Amino acid sequence: MSTADALCKWLAATPLSQTIASVAWIIPAVQTVHILAVSSVLTAVLMFDRRLLQAGTREPSMAWVARRFLPFIWWPLPVLLVTGLTLIVGEPARTLLNPEFFLKMGLLLVAVLVTLACQIPLRRDPDFWHRQAARRWAARLLAIASLLLFAGIAIAGRWIAYTQST
Amino acid sequence: MLPQFLQALQDSAVATAIREGESLFPWIESVHVLAVTLVIGSIAIVDLRLLGLASRDRSVLQMTALALPVTWSAFGIAVITGTLMFSSNALSYARNPFLQAKLLLIIGAGLNMAIYHLYSARGASAWLTPVLTPTRARIAGAISLALWIAIAACGRWIGFTLHTLP
Repeated sequence: MSTADALCKWLAATPLSQTIASVAWIIPAVQTVHILAVSSVLTAVLMFDRRLLQAGTREPSMAWVARRFLPFIWWPLPVLLVTGLTLIVGEPARTLLNPEFFLKMGLLLVAVLVTLACQIPLRRDPDFWHRQAARRWAARLLAIASLLLFAGIAIAGRWIAYTQST
Repeated sequence: MLPQFLQALQDSAVATAIREGESLFPWIESVHVLAVTLVIGSIAIVDLRLLGLASRDRSVLQMTALALPVTWSAFGIAVITGTLMFSSNALSYARNPFLQAKLLLIIGAGLNMAIYHLYSARGASAWLTPVLTPTRARIAGAISLALWIAIAACGRWIGFTLHTLP
């Protein structure tokens, strides 16, 4: 038996896991909160990346878009972590033995790095990405990569339900 | 009349392909979830502004201009993908109380939006700060937010009840 199998067996035997799995409303309720938090992240990412793509336009300013939407990318992450962990504890084998789950976590790691790469230069200079042609192209590439990564995270998340091992 | 229509829908070539295909349904569902998260997130941008909880330094009309194009494109995709999933098992979905509740809540959200635009939004061009946003507009924002959270919950519950109901 692999370590992952052993971990799943141990987790599934805990009283917390058995409560989550046996009370019918817990998992759909936790998934609903998870999806609402995802909704905040994806919409904020779209608004931020859309501004990065529109290099020339002036209103709303990049500084305003960053101030308004970046918190709605980062704040929901603790909520996603807690609800995600609850789902894992409730049904450990569904996620911890599932390649889609690890694909999702890999994409998430890259998406976080891309988001940081987009936002860190803005702290010193809100117009950083719009100052030179080369930077405008870099910003567009980062924005497209970010949109694809976050869409991929959501799609991989839904596929967890279809690739679980038995 | 309705049962015959649902049966014919379910027997259509598209519905059969979705039902019998290995990966068609999960792909359509992934796109549906992606679209729904953007519908809810973009509507929440307007609702939170109406309530004076976010985007306080921008007018309500600036926020609707920013968010509503996303709302409508994503809503169109959500309706198309939702109809495709419904068709694959039309008789069963039509009986599902959570789907029925979800559709009623969407109609409610549509009515709330229509009332807001026809009645509550009069004078919206003058609402430049949250202080100026009248109570009737705040109420519309609160109702909208509550309805869309309930719609997300119903959507998630459909997946847990489809095959368990008689």
